[in-house]
Parts: sequence; C-alpha cells; structure tokens
Amino acid sequence: MNNPLRDPQDRRLPRIAGPCGLVIFGVTGDLARKKLMPAVYDLANRGLLPPGFALVGFARRDWANQDFAKIVHDAVAEHARTPFREEVWRQLSEGFRFVPGDFADDVAFDRLRQTIEDLDKERGTGGNHAFYLSIPPRFFPDVVGQLKEHSLAAHDDSWRRVVVEKPFGSDLQTARELNTVVSEVFPAESVFRIDHYLGKETVQNILAMRFANALFEPIWNTHYVDHVQITMAEDIGIGGRAGYYDAIGAARDVIQNHLLQLMALIAMEEPISFDARSLRIEKQKVLEGVRLPRRLDLHTARGQYAEGWSGGVKVPGYTAEEDIPADSRTETFAAIKLEIGSARWAGVPFYLRAGKRLGRRVTEVAVVFKRAPHLPFNETVTEALGENALVIRVQPDEGVTVRFGSKVPGTAMEIRDVSMDFAYGGSFVESSPEAYERLILDVLLGDPPLFPQHEEVELSWQILDPIIEHWAKKGSPEPYPSGTWGPASADAMLARDGRAWRRP
Amino acid sequence: MSTELTDTNSAAIAAELLTARRKAGSPAMGMVLTLIVDTDEEGSEEALGAARAASTEHPARVLGVIRGRATGTSRVDAEINIGHHAPGESILIRLTGEVTRHAESVVLPLLLPDSPVVIWWPRRAPDDPAADPLGALAQRRITDCASVPRGRQAALEQQCAVFSKGNTDLAWTRLTGWRALLAASLDEYDTKVTAAEITAERVSPSAELLRGWLTDRLRVPMQRKVSRGPGITSVQLGTRAGDITIARPDGRLAMLSSPEQPDRPVALKRRPVAELLAEELRRLDNDDIYEDTVQRLCKLDALVAKGQRP
Repeated sequence: MNNPLRDPQDRRLPRIAGPCGLVIFGVTGDLARKKLMPAVYDLANRGLLPPGFALVGFARRDWANQDFAKIVHDAVAEHARTPFREEVWRQLSEGFRFVPGDFADDVAFDRLRQTIEDLDKERGTGGNHAFYLSIPPRFFPDVVGQLKEHSLAAHDDSWRRVVVEKPFGSDLQTARELNTVVSEVFPAESVFRIDHYLGKETVQNILAMRFANALFEPIWNTHYVDHVQITMAEDIGIGGRAGYYDAIGAARDVIQNHLLQLMALIAMEEPISFDARSLRIEKQKVLEGVRLPRRLDLHTARGQYAEGWSGGVKVPGYTAEEDIPADSRTETFAAIKLEIGSARWAGVPFYLRAGKRLGRRVTEVAVVFKRAPHLPFNETVTEALGENALVIRVQPDEGVTVRFGSKVPGTAMEIRDVSMDFAYGGSFVESSPEAYERLILDVLLGDPPLFPQHEEVELSWQILDPIIEHWAKKGSPEPYPSGTWGPASADAMLARDGRAWRRP
Repeated sequence: MSTELTDTNSAAIAAELLTARRKAGSPAMGMVLTLIVDTDEEGSEEALGAARAASTEHPARVLGVIRGRATGTSRVDAEINIGHHAPGESILIRLTGEVTRHAESVVLPLLLPDSPVVIWWPRRAPDDPAADPLGALAQRRITDCASVPRGRQAALEQQCAVFSKGNTDLAWTRLTGWRALLAASLDEYDTKVTAAEITAERVSPSAELLRGWLTDRLRVPMQRKVSRGPGITSVQLGTRAGDITIARPDGRLAMLSSPEQPDRPVALKRRPVAELLAEELRRLDNDDIYEDTVQRLCKLDALVAKGQRP
C-alpha cells in the first residue's frame, strides 16, 4: 500500500532514511572523527535521519558508551558544518553504542551482534544496518569474514550494507582480490564504494550542466574541443600519512579514482536516465574506450617534491618527511595523457595531473576549445587572445568559469581573453552539504548512483597499471621544488603536443 | 557599503547600485532572484534582516518597500546596502505621498532581468496578494498568517479563499518538519489510517493547514484539541496496528511513539523566519500540495458554515 502522506509533487518533504543504524569500524581514525561523525550529526540536524537512528563504534579501545559519546561530541563540536543544537544531540546520543575489540576477536563480534539486536529492540532500527569499513584494506578480509561468521552480513526482512573507502586495491590484481573478499559475503548491490568526489555538489553539477542545457552539448565533441585538462592540486605535503602514501603515490591515490571518475563524467554520452545502472553503463563505456599513448615515456610525467618555499613557508622535501625512506621512488606528482576511442572524442587528448605541494589547492576540469577557424582580424589584434575555455572548479571555490575573447576598450581594435564567472556559493548555498552527508544518506536510503561499481574500479586499474609498471622501470621521479606547478617533464609533455598547462 | 539617496527615483537607485558594484570590483554578482519585502517601518529592520539571512542561501536583490503616510508631496528615499557580510544587495525604499499608491512603478525598474521575483509580506498581507499591484509583479507570493497582529484565523480564511497559483504562507512552511516526520513514520506501516487528532494552541494557522493536509491525504475524521502551545503540541494518527503519536510539548524536542516500537526522541524545532524564507525560495513554482490543502480547508469550512459535519 502506498503511503497516503507521500506524493511525488510534494517536494518539500525530504528523503528520510527508514529505521536503521550505522556501524563504524576504525572509529578512532581521522576520517571517522573529521568527516563521518560530523556528517551524521549534520544529517540529523537537517532532519534526514530516522528517529531511533543508531551509531555503533567498533575499535580496540577500552571505552564505555559514554566515552564514545564524548568522542563523537567533540568531533561534532569541532567539525560539524551546522550549528550544535541540544535537541538534535539528544535525539542522536541515545543511539550511541561502543563495542571494544579486535578484528580477530570472536567475543567482540558476538558482542556487536548482541548490541545490534538490542538496538533493534530499544531503538527500533528494524534490523537495518550499514557497516562502514573506515580501516586499512588489509583488515577487510578479517572484518568481512567476521561479519559473515557471526551472521551479521544478512538478516531476514531487512538490509545489511557494507561501505568501503578508497583505495580499492593498489592494482588490478589486488582490486580483484579485494572484491572477491567483499563479494563473497555481500551481494554487489549491498556494497557501497565511497569516492567522496562523486558526492560533491559541483561534480553532480557536471551532469546538470551538460544535460540540462542546450548551450554546451552541441560543442562537447572533437569538432570544437581541442583538449581537456583535469587537475587535482594540493598545496600540502603528505602530512602524517607517510605509511599509507609511500606505498601508493599520486597516481594510485587520486588519478585511479577521482580523476578518472571526473573524466568519465565529462566524457560520457547522455545516459537514458539518472539511475545507477544507466550512469554506470555510460561511465563504463568511456573507461573501456580509453587508449593509452604508445610512447608512455613521452606522454606521462611524474615528480617528487623537493625542499622549497610553499606560500611563504619553508617546507622539507618528500624524502625528508618523517618515516619516508631517503631513497623513496614514490611519485608525489603524476601527469598522464589519455585518449578516448569514440566518435565524439577521437583526437581529443585528456590530460590528467595530480600532485602534492603544488602552487595552490585546486581541483578543476578545463575544457579547452579550438580557436575560431578564421579570424577576420590581423594578427597583432588577436595576439593576446587564447583559446576559449570552460572551467568547472570542483574545489575549493566551486563554480564555473567561461573564458572568451573581448575587445579591449579604447580606440584601436585589440582582443584579449576575459573570464565570466559563476560562483556556486554566490548563486546558491552558502555552505553546501558535505560530500559525506550526501553519500552516507544515499547508503542508508540504498540509492547507488553515486557509487562506483567494481567493474569501473577494475577498468580504472587497467588504464593505470601499464603506466605504473612503465614508471617502475624508470628509476626515480624528477624532483620539483615545493610550491611550484610540478616538474619540467610535465611541461615538456604538453609542449610536445603544442599545448601548455593552464595555471589553475 | 551603505549609501542614502534622498528624494530620488528608480533610475538613480539603479545607477547607484551599478556604481557600488563597480567599486566593489565585481560587476557580476550571481544573484538568482529579486525578493520584494512589503513591510512597515516598525517591522522593517527585522524583516530585512531575515531576508538578508535567507540571501546567504539564495543571493538576491532584496527590495524593502515601506509605504508611509499617503498625504503630502510625493517622495522616494532609498538606503542601499551592498556587502555587509552577505551576498546580494539590499535596498530599503521609503515612499510618502501620492507615490505610496504607485509603489510598483518604483519597484518595476529595479527587478533583476530575466529571473524570478518573490514578494513577502512579513506581517499584514493584502486581501488578495495576486491582485495587489506589487504582488502582481511576483511569481511567488509569501504571506504569513501567523504573524499578523490581530485575527490570525480570519487572515488564514481570507488567504485560503483568494488562493491563486504561486501563493504560499509561512504557516505552511512551518509544517514541513511535522509533515516529513508524519510521512516517514507512516512509511513503516502497511496499514490504513482510520483517524487523526491534532493538538495545538487555540488559534494556530499551521494547525489548521495541517488539518487540511491530513484530511486531504487521508480522508478520515479529524479531531482538533486545544493545548497551551507553543504551536502544535501533538499529532496522532490512529491505524489498525495502533496509534502513531508525535508529541512536542516544548517546541523543540518531540517524542515519537508508534505501535510495537520503542519511544524515540526526535528534534523538531520551531524554525526562525530566515530559515522558513530560505525554504520558500528553494522552489519557485506553484506548490501543488499547498493548493490542494487550502482548497480542502475551504471546503471543510464551507461545510461547517452550513452546519453540516465535515
């Protein structure tokens, strides 16, 4: 029977998740404290969590429920986006539970099951629980196995879901192994892989911009587009993540997931609808169609940051960072050129680059257009005229910039580039929801469009693996001074094609 | 930046806006709508404050219009605010003399091109907002029956009677939390609702609208009980499985009780006007559900007037 109070026309009513709970493994970690707990609070504050929602922490700590509540309280007070409100806290805090224990500890998982069963009775969570694995992937087999062992992975008449974070493996083989581990226990539709970039409003806006406007789609192809640049630059170093980062490097850390996903969204054909399946089909087609350059040495670049000045602060080089071996060959900057074999994109290179300790923190997608076929002006007039560009700024200053030529005021004719700017924050929300809010809510609602499936993950590794293997044979990455835009080889790589990187 | 223009006109105000934006260094401002606030001197500061706060979510050109005494020489004064820790622009226009009867002529040239226009009457609204000369400029007209100084019930009846597409009322906006929670709690039960009961302050436009909405959706007899408030204090849906009750005695934290489930606290805070306004500005087409609700309410009241039980 349909709920008579619901009506598709009634768009004021938010989507509220049904009765459920969230179990976080690795609740003492940075991600849990800085992102997950605040997102849970912000969701509750926006009235999107069900009454009786339960949050269970699992970690190797000797904590009672109250200690856990204190940790959540502090995390929320420090990191939540929305103001702290006592009544929201009361609604939430009654559902906090903590289960101390090791991932190998059977007693602890028994206790977890007991806790969940109690919550179903005390809080009415109805047997619906999501398990968030905010832990290093090497522990996945343990935890997932334990969930199965203790009958936590499936439950009659209710759902059980598992949420995993990147990295989804470190190459094609490990990605497959990881997927086997998870898929033995959870069916594909219950596995939610979080790529938090896909939860960002601006990334979702790529689809809105492309497919809701008549203005852009007609020129979104090889006839008008010269090339596309996708940049994810960070001004910080690796911080305290030495152990993780040194084994991974820039390409695996962000190109495999965020940048290839961004590329897929920019390049894909119009999906039949916006459900998960249709989106996946189109994104997969793009990834399957990706062609690597034949000469990887000429069309990829990698670098490692050296000592330098970053924004007025003297910073150490990568190998001088704590816990990084002095002979580390891990790249902190990676740039690659890809082409997509389709009628739409034939001959249009996609340049992807990512790095740490670059000029400033920025993530953007720049679609650079061809020059006008004929300019009815003499050369001196258009000397300062570049190519038209449409730039989608993903962070931090979300928005869209269009660059085009305009006459410089004055007597003579002179044409120069100007930028027209749309700031997301300026036109809509002052503080738009955090990506994690959206993604956690989607997990609880069981709404999968924004989560990559394992086919996409495998395809991404297939693209990246040959490049990383090529680099592995080539010795150390080229050093670049901190606070600059990467190594000289990255500039040379574009210069070979007669192009240059934008300064984002 | 704040500028005062005395004895001025729309063209001078528009020119001043352009100058101010140029000085701020950003001629394009990404404003998405014009919000007209038709207010009185006394309530203007609070109303414009709320409009500016809502502006942080929907950058707008806020045009506050105060109509002073209608006698004497015609005169337009304006106070322009740009910046002030909020995006968008805020202009307070004071009219005296004959021009008070032609406020639309001052406002029309100041509307942002090719973008939605919303009007809000923070306190007393015209008897027919859609026919009001200022109201006719807007595609979305926001009244607030709960904030009129006297006769809240009469104000609601009046607004229901003259409903026109694009009209909406903050008393309806105040209900969103309640409605969302009621809908969500009913999601859990695959059963028919057989009765409903609303408890609220003696006079409460929101409770009336809730009565209209529930009757329209559920088609069941409705009980209305009186409490000391604040606002709506409890709603009960009777189902075959048992009663679903949401009780909110303090205007902040509610308790949800439903059959075979533990009682659960839910935050259900009464929201400040700025938040209500921001919700209103999120969707600018006609609110069909509100339309159904006010029409249902009109029918119910017509039956009562005829002495029949609805």
